[in-house]
This record gives sequence, C-alpha cells and structure tokens, in this order.
Amino acid sequence: MKKILEQIRGNKWLQLGLLVGYIALTSLSLILAQRSVAAFLLLLLSFLLLYYTKLPNWSKWAIGLAIMFFILPFSAMQGPAYQEYMDVATLVGIYVSMALGLNIVVGMAGLLDLGFVAFFAVGAYTYGIFATAQASNFMPFGTYPLSGNSFWIFIILGCFVAALFGVLLGIPVLRVKGDYLAIVTLGFGEIIRIVFNNLDQPVNITNGALGLSSIAPPKIFGIELLYSNQIYFVVLFILLFVIFAVRSLEHSKLGRSWKAVRENEIAAQAMGIPLVKTKLMAFAIGASFSGMMGVVFAAKQAFIDPTSFTMLQSINILVMVLLGGMGSVPGVILGAAVVTILNAQVLNELTMWFNSLSTAGIITLPDAMSPVKMQRFFFGALLILFALYRSKGLIPAKNVVYDKQKFLSEKGTKKRLQSVAAPKEDEHGHTGS
Amino acid sequence: MTQVWDTLPQVLIDGLTLGAIYAIIALGYTMVYGILELINFAHGEIFMAGAFIGTAVLIGLTGLGWVAVMPAIFVLLIVLVITGGLTGMLGMGIERLAYRPLRKASKLITLITAIGVSFLLQDIVRFITETQQNNYIVNTPSLFPGSLSVSGLNIRYSFLVVIIVAILMMIALEFFVNRTKWGLAMRAVAQDQDTASLMSVNVNKVISVTFFVGSALGGATGVLFAIHYGTIDPYIGFILGLKAFTAAVLGGIGNIRGAMAGGMLLGLLEMFAAANLSAITAGLLSSEYKDVFAFAILILVLIFRPEGLFGRAAIEKV
Repeated sequence: MKKILEQIRGNKWLQLGLLVGYIALTSLSLILAQRSVAAFLLLLLSFLLLYYTKLPNWSKWAIGLAIMFFILPFSAMQGPAYQEYMDVATLVGIYVSMALGLNIVVGMAGLLDLGFVAFFAVGAYTYGIFATAQASNFMPFGTYPLSGNSFWIFIILGCFVAALFGVLLGIPVLRVKGDYLAIVTLGFGEIIRIVFNNLDQPVNITNGALGLSSIAPPKIFGIELLYSNQIYFVVLFILLFVIFAVRSLEHSKLGRSWKAVRENEIAAQAMGIPLVKTKLMAFAIGASFSGMMGVVFAAKQAFIDPTSFTMLQSINILVMVLLGGMGSVPGVILGAAVVTILNAQVLNELTMWFNSLSTAGIITLPDAMSPVKMQRFFFGALLILFALYRSKGLIPAKNVVYDKQKFLSEKGTKKRLQSVAAPKEDEHGHTGS
Repeated sequence: MTQVWDTLPQVLIDGLTLGAIYAIIALGYTMVYGILELINFAHGEIFMAGAFIGTAVLIGLTGLGWVAVMPAIFVLLIVLVITGGLTGMLGMGIERLAYRPLRKASKLITLITAIGVSFLLQDIVRFITETQQNNYIVNTPSLFPGSLSVSGLNIRYSFLVVIIVAILMMIALEFFVNRTKWGLAMRAVAQDQDTASLMSVNVNKVISVTFFVGSALGGATGVLFAIHYGTIDPYIGFILGLKAFTAAVLGGIGNIRGAMAGGMLLGLLEMFAAANLSAITAGLLSSEYKDVFAFAILILVLIFRPEGLFGRAAIEKV
C-alpha cells in the first residue's frame, strides 16, 4: 500500500490518469444516479484532488476550468435536480468570493472584521433599489425599475459603493486596534442592518422590513438570466476575476505590506509602510468583492430583506476563512465551499434523513435538535475546535520561500535584484474548491 | 420640548433599571479585560444562561410550593445564589477549556474562540428550552407583581428590587476587590502576571476566581433581567452583552467604577433616545434607532477617547 502511494506521489502521469478516471466516474454517477447529492459532492471534491496533484500550474487551471465550465453543468443537467445543484454551485461561488474578500481584511491585513456582511448588504441594496420601482420614491429623474441590462454596470457600481463604505468604516476605526476593532465592526454591521430595516421613513428608500421583491433579473443580448444554471456562469466569471485579483495582490507590494502590518504594526511603520493607506486599501478591496457578489445575490434571489444580512452571516464568512486557513487563498476557497455546502445541502439532507428515520420509527429525534436548526451549534463548535487544535486551518498559508543557494551564488547585483523581484513560490495552483 | 419634560421621570426610572443591568454585566467584561486583555464575548451569553437558569429554578421552586409560603425576597435570594453559583462555574469552565489553552496565542484566535463559545451556548440553551416546551421564548413568573403610583408615575416593585440588588452587588464587588486578599491578588495579576507569580500568587487560580466572580454577577443579573422584563429568549445575550461592553469601554475598560458609571450612563442615554428620538428629530428617526445610537456612542468614544471617560491613556511601549 505504501509503495503504491509512493509511486502515485512521484508520478505525474499516473496522477493525471487517476484524476481523469475519478472525474469520469463521479460525473457518470451523477448522470446516472439522477438525484444523488453524494455524487455531486464527490465531483466537487475533484477540485481538491486537482490542487494536490503535481501537475504544472497551467494544466491544473485548464482541468479546473474544464470541470467548472463543462463537466459540472453537463453532468448535473441530466437529472431532475439540475437547478438545485446549480443553485448550490452558484452559492458556493458567491461565498467563495466573499470569503476571499474577508480573507484580505482578516487573513492578510490582520484586521478582525465582524460586520463584513454589511458590504454584501450594501451591494445587494444598490442593485435592489434601482432594479425595482423603489428608486422612483426618491430619485428626481429616470424611470424605474431599470431593465436587467443595467445589471452589468451595477456589478461595477456595487463594487465601488461597497469599497466606499469600506473606506467610510475604515477611516474612523483606524485609531482602534485589535479586539476593539472587532467590536466596532460588529457595531457597524448592526448599524447598517438596522438602518436598512428602518429606512422606509421619512423617505421610503429600502422598503424597511418588508424587503424588496421582484428585482429585475440580469439580461444579456435580450436573454433574461432567470435560472441558477444561467447565473452560475455570471458568478463563475466574477469568481475567476476575484481569484485572479487576490492572487496578484497577495504577492504585490500591497500584499506584502498587509502581511507586515499584520505581524507588527509598529515595525511595519518603521519600515516605511503607510499604515493608513494600507489598512484602508484592505478594507476597500475586501469590501468591493463582497459588494459585487451582493449585486449578483440580489439578482439571483430576486428578493432581499434585512434578515439576509445578520450577524450570523458575518460569522458564517469568518468561519469559512478560519476553517480554510487565514491568509491562505486555496484554503479559504476550500473553507467557503465546505461551509456553504454544509449549510445549503448537507444539513438539509441530514434533516430529511433523520425525519425519514423517525417516521420509520427507528430513532426519534426531537424537532429542536434537527440539524438545520443546529447551525449555530455546529459553527460554534467548528470555531472552537479549529481555534484550539488547528488554528492555521485546513490548508495553512505558506509564505514565499527564497532559494538561498541561488541567492548567494549569484554575485551580480542585477541578477540578485531580479531574483528578489520574481521570487520562487513554493505553492502551486489553488483550484481547491 | 414639553413632551421631553413630561416623559423624563419615567425615562429616568427605565434608564436606571437598564443602566444597572448594563453596569453589572460591564463589570464582568471589565474584570476579565483588566486581567487577560481579552474581550470575553461569551459573557453576554452567560448573562442569558443566568436568566434561563434562574427562571428554571424559580419555576422549580413554584412547583415545590416554596414560593407561596416564603417571602418573595427570600425566594429571590435562593434563586440568585443558585444561579450565581452555576453561572460562575460555567464561566470558570469556559475559561479552563476555551481560553486557557490559547493564552499564548494571538488575540485574534482567542476572540474567535470566544465567539464560538457564545454561539455554542446560545444553541445549547435554545435546544434545551425547545425540548422542554416546543418554543424557545420563555415567560418568567413575576415574583414582585404590582407597582407603586407616585403622582402619576408608575414605579414597579421589581424596579426597586433590581436597583437595590444591583447596588448591593456592586458594593460587594468593590469590597471584594479592594479589601480582600483575593482582590489584592487580582489587582496584582492585572498589573503584571509574571511579577505576581514571583510573589507567590497562583495566577491561574486568580484568573479562575475572576471568571467565577464576573460570571456569577452576570448570571445573577440575568435573573434580575428575567424578573423585571418577564420574557427571555436565547438571543438576548448578544446585543445586551455588546451594549454592556460599550458601557465598559465608555467608563474606561479595566476600571471597575468606570464600568458602573458607564453602564448607568448608557442605560439612561438609550432610554432617553428610545423615548424622544422621534420627537426631537421631528419624526425623521424612529425609536428603532436606539441601538444605532448606542453603537454610535461606542464608536465615538473609541475614536476620541479610547481610554474611556474615567480611564487613563495607555502608552504603547515597543
């Protein structure tokens, strides 16, 4: 057994063959089994396997993209639960982007933000207000609702509005540190929710607790994107953009400043890192990802109200980041996917399973303990266990390792500078979804 | 303006009640923060657990027929002692299991564990209550029914009870911290853990005792809350705890007298806002904004006077 594992570890082609076999097997079983959550989850697991293979980066990306764009939609299409699967996949995409946004703030810059969902809400309401008749209550010009064609502009708009709110939150809390910051952001999140809940008077802007309904679906080339399988591709494109942005930021000057600020503020400042700018950028960029996905969320659900943006949601996203590994991009993607699937599918399935068991009379579970209601319990337990025993998460963040030998052997200053500018990474692709 | 004057006495009474509750919960935050520099997020949940335990004990005593024969104040005393003891143990247990292993870890991690503990407690209380009675909102039997009517003013008996018990608890805590050996040890540990341990102070034990005292007070406040307001649910602790923390910050965190003053001030301000916000702003802001008001105070204090109204500014040394 050990020998086989060794061989697999060493041989790229064997890995590729096994992976292709695995993907073929799971997608086939998804096609044949019609309504099997297990097959769907196993197919998603192939992203994680892909991450751990030793293939070159570009081929990992190619395989990952092929799964996301073709294999997953195609094999889910065959069964009656098609929209259900695509809905889950869309949610995963939305939450992965949000978690990546929070990862910048918490994981990279070390600023604990407990009100992160506020930016999601801002994005959702930005689109929601203008894509329903709501805007005509206070806008002096224009006719509302805007058509679904405006959705594409609103993605960018939501991004900027959320970034603006991020800076607005950032400026006053810059003087506050560590755990105080957590409390202030928590308060900020609650303030945003309460304000949205009460902004139906004196001018009705958000329609208060009733929420905004029948939000216009996005439209492209005259086609309305109504169903999850269509929104899925929109989410996919944004997600790829977010991943690309995060990857480039991580190793940029800004990304390194974030990490420096996280490790020691005073030392970072002494090294000439502008604290204010660095922190504000973290808030703004983190918030903007969340805002974009808020717009998509509003368009997908076609209904939003303040109850979608509670504290629990903020903690939810924090769990994703912590579970995956603070500061680690592949880890956070994995964490977000796991938590979202747990929330959207596994808990429901478990509840149904328990219900069927209790109707069959095998065991009786009181209604109060049905897994769907125990969400807080599971999250709380996950937070504690991970903080105590694996505080670095499922896939811990790795720092760039410089090749010392290469660094020392090259005498020329020019070459040395080059090797600093283009560091060798010790981590590869990150399509672990 | 006349409306403001007319409602002022009632606002004062309600504000003082709420303020007393904030003040005692704030004490728990401030004591723990003073020693460990940790925001014990779960403290609001301990308060909530206290409210539930107290209600359960009260219902149990009613079932035994004790409430009918004993004077109400005596029943309250029994409930307070039992609840305080249990929540004190709960607080100690939380510290032992969730915080102590992480004492050397970064603050971020400890804070996240604290949030986890508070979620866990919320859900445990919810499902225990729900398996008992199919519903997680509980009505506490009123121990002190009726009210005094003084020149048009409605003063409930339970208001007097809450205020008096709260003041007694604060005096007891002052005595404990300033006049006893344990209190001395606590102050020593708060100042410098290493030096204190060199002076043969058992630091771990002192921290445990601090958690016990803070949590016992928090649980007892939960009982007072349940008796005064009548309805409780598993989610009261979070926002209330957050506001109590605001009160602690307002008074200067780590400062026990400051926490008391901050709690009272915040309670009064919040009740004032709830009663008059829409009148003052001519209907622009409804009284729903009272929570926004409390958080806005927190943010303003943290920005302009992070050391609190009664605290001393800490100097950061490199």
